[in-house]
Amino acid sequence: EETDLITDTLWDDLEESLLAADVGPRTVIWLIERLRERADAEQMRTGAQVQRALREELVDLLGDSSPLHLSQRSPLTVMLVIGVNGSGKTTSIAKMAARLSHEGHKVMLAAADTFRAAAIDQLKVWGERISVPVISQQPNADPGAVVYDAIQAAQARGSDVLIVDTAGRLQTKYNLMEELKKINKIIQRFVPDGPHELLIVIDAPTGQNALLQARKFAEDIGLTGVIITKMDSTAKGGFAFAVTDDLGVPIKFIGTGEKVEDLIPFDPQSFVAALFAQE
Amino acid sequence: MAMFESLTKRLEGIFQNLEGRGKLTEDDVNSALREVRIALIEADVNLKVARQFVDRVKQKAIGADVMGSLSPAQQVLSIVQEELVEVLGGSDDKNKLDLSGNPNIIMLVGLNGAGKTTSAAKLANYLRKQHGSRPLLVAADMYRPAAVNQLKTLGKQIQVPVYSEPAGSDPVDICVHALDYAREQACNTIILDTAGRINIDERMMQEVVNIRDRVRPHEVLLVADAMTGQEAVRVAQDFNDAVSLTGMILSKMDGDARGGAALSIRTVTGVPVKFMALGEKLDAIQPFYPDRLAQRILGM
Ligand SMILES: Nc1nc2c(ncn2[C@@H]2O[C@H](COP(=O)(O)OP(=O)(O)OP(=O)(O)O)[C@@H](O)[C@H]2O)c(=O)[nH]1
Ligand SMILES: Nc1nc2c(ncn2[C@@H]2O[C@H](COP(=O)(O)OP(=O)(O)OP(=O)(O)O)[C@@H](O)[C@H]2O)c(=O)[nH]1
Ligand SMILES: [K+]
Ligand SMILES: [Mg+2]
Ligand SMILES: [Mg+2]
Repeated sequence: EETDLITDTLWDDLEESLLAADVGPRTVIWLIERLRERADAEQMRTGAQVQRALREELVDLLGDSSPLHLSQRSPLTVMLVIGVNGSGKTTSIAKMAARLSHEGHKVMLAAADTFRAAAIDQLKVWGERISVPVISQQPNADPGAVVYDAIQAAQARGSDVLIVDTAGRLQTKYNLMEELKKINKIIQRFVPDGPHELLIVIDAPTGQNALLQARKFAEDIGLTGVIITKMDSTAKGGFAFAVTDDLGVPIKFIGTGEKVEDLIPFDPQSFVAALFAQE
Repeated sequence: MAMFESLTKRLEGIFQNLEGRGKLTEDDVNSALREVRIALIEADVNLKVARQFVDRVKQKAIGADVMGSLSPAQQVLSIVQEELVEVLGGSDDKNKLDLSGNPNIIMLVGLNGAGKTTSAAKLANYLRKQHGSRPLLVAADMYRPAAVNQLKTLGKQIQVPVYSEPAGSDPVDICVHALDYAREQACNTIILDTAGRINIDERMMQEVVNIRDRVRPHEVLLVADAMTGQEAVRVAQDFNDAVSLTGMILSKMDGDARGGAALSIRTVTGVPVKFMALGEKLDAIQPFYPDRLAQRILGM
């Protein structure tokens, strides 16, 4: 065990592996400082002890995993899914809908991305595949009107979960963020304690912009959870630590592929283990 | 950008004890370059690339005269910026699209959701307007739901024909057939929109190799999302090894991502940035200006 001493190289290596996983310089500097203090205070003697402590710290930052929140009060649970362009919103919605209907829920989808070319068709194809109805209007229709229609339809048909697909938007686009607030207000008006989930979708290959995205979406309409997609890539999604720590909002799911079954409930331990895994 | 103290400010902090005149010592430079390195990593420049870059700059900065109206901080920044422009390709001709083929065949590849389909339409629109090309868009993504419809819709918006085949067709065949179709239709620029794929998905990577081998495109462009983090290098290397990239399109530059991924990719693979995409509209594409990206990466 004498070879496994706590050396400068150990600290450098830890720092490097965290940075390489997109954890971000600020979080990394904070973590390493905290670990150095702990190593002193707890009189750690081996690198393995430090590594273990690091994993504990990382798991702590992620907070607890938490399932989708289904309303006990309202007969209809509404989930609004948001995020920047191409992150995997529509696909993740299909995956969640399949999961929920498999669990016995009566799910409906709202095609409120009326902007992107064939976004409505994309959701409809998914709806057919997973046998879940999709409420839609024409391309370029008002997304708020689609959401209104969908709520009416869900209530009329006795659905208990409505998931709203929104157009991708960069968080810096004022008008698009205003549009999102409008959609949110319509949901609030017709489903008083809704939306019950406001989920941001961020893809694992994203770097330090992830925190800016999460902050702005949280600030403008609030967030209840995060979905990290494309974890089947070589990227580790290390921005997750800063995001959960900063917002105090849990990660709910991990997307691991393009197929409907490629969605797994978030598990902090395995996420941290994967961070250090070499493929 | 409020969350990060600007690099200029941080450098000024470091140099506050230094008189306005004289030469930059190695110590001055080292502490300044530590800040530069952190700023680069915050901008998503790959760690190793950031280190390599900082080493390059160091040689130029040590012993540099601090004079005139530039503060030491500005002096270091201007060396960094100059070097950044240089590494990004300066006024290199490699930054331009090769349009010498007849027909020109351009293939777009990249990770899922990077912006390939949108960029394909933008490129068609751009080449028609700027170069008088007669483009044909080819829908070679047979996996993503409604991918073909997406490209057809975009094609209609810019009045560019789209070649597609029914569901279940083979993407390699589609691309080969598209060449014949282009000849019949007298289209001289063929833009292949391939499916999104993860760089370690062997079956999907083999597919794109097969398309390349059969179609022999003049340009193989990686569409890279400006928000990509540290893995950009690995992604670009894997695509480059598989299909020999000739350039990249840096997409989603209309947000506040700093786009450091482009520096990483350029440094490690030598693949030049050819275009920047700045929005969802079909005219939101422009040729690459290294100085603009350099400023962006530095948060200026
Ligand atoms: N490999 C992989 N691909 C994924 C995953 N999730 C989504 N995708 C793919 O990423 C691409 C974009 O997914 P979409 O669901 O259309 O993303 P979006 O956020 O709805 O996009 P916009 O509506 O255009 O903003 C598609 O090719 C999906 O198949 C995942 O977990 N892994
Ligand atoms: N803001 C912004 N959005 C963009 C840009 N380029 C593409 N997009 C959007 O990003 C999302 C994904 O674009 P696509 O063109 O579908 O991406 P793709 O690479 O073809 O996706 P797959 O085929 O699923 O791999 C869409 O919402 C586009 O409208 C850009 O430069 N800026
Ligand atoms: K991964
Ligand atoms: Mg979508
Ligand atoms: Mg596409």
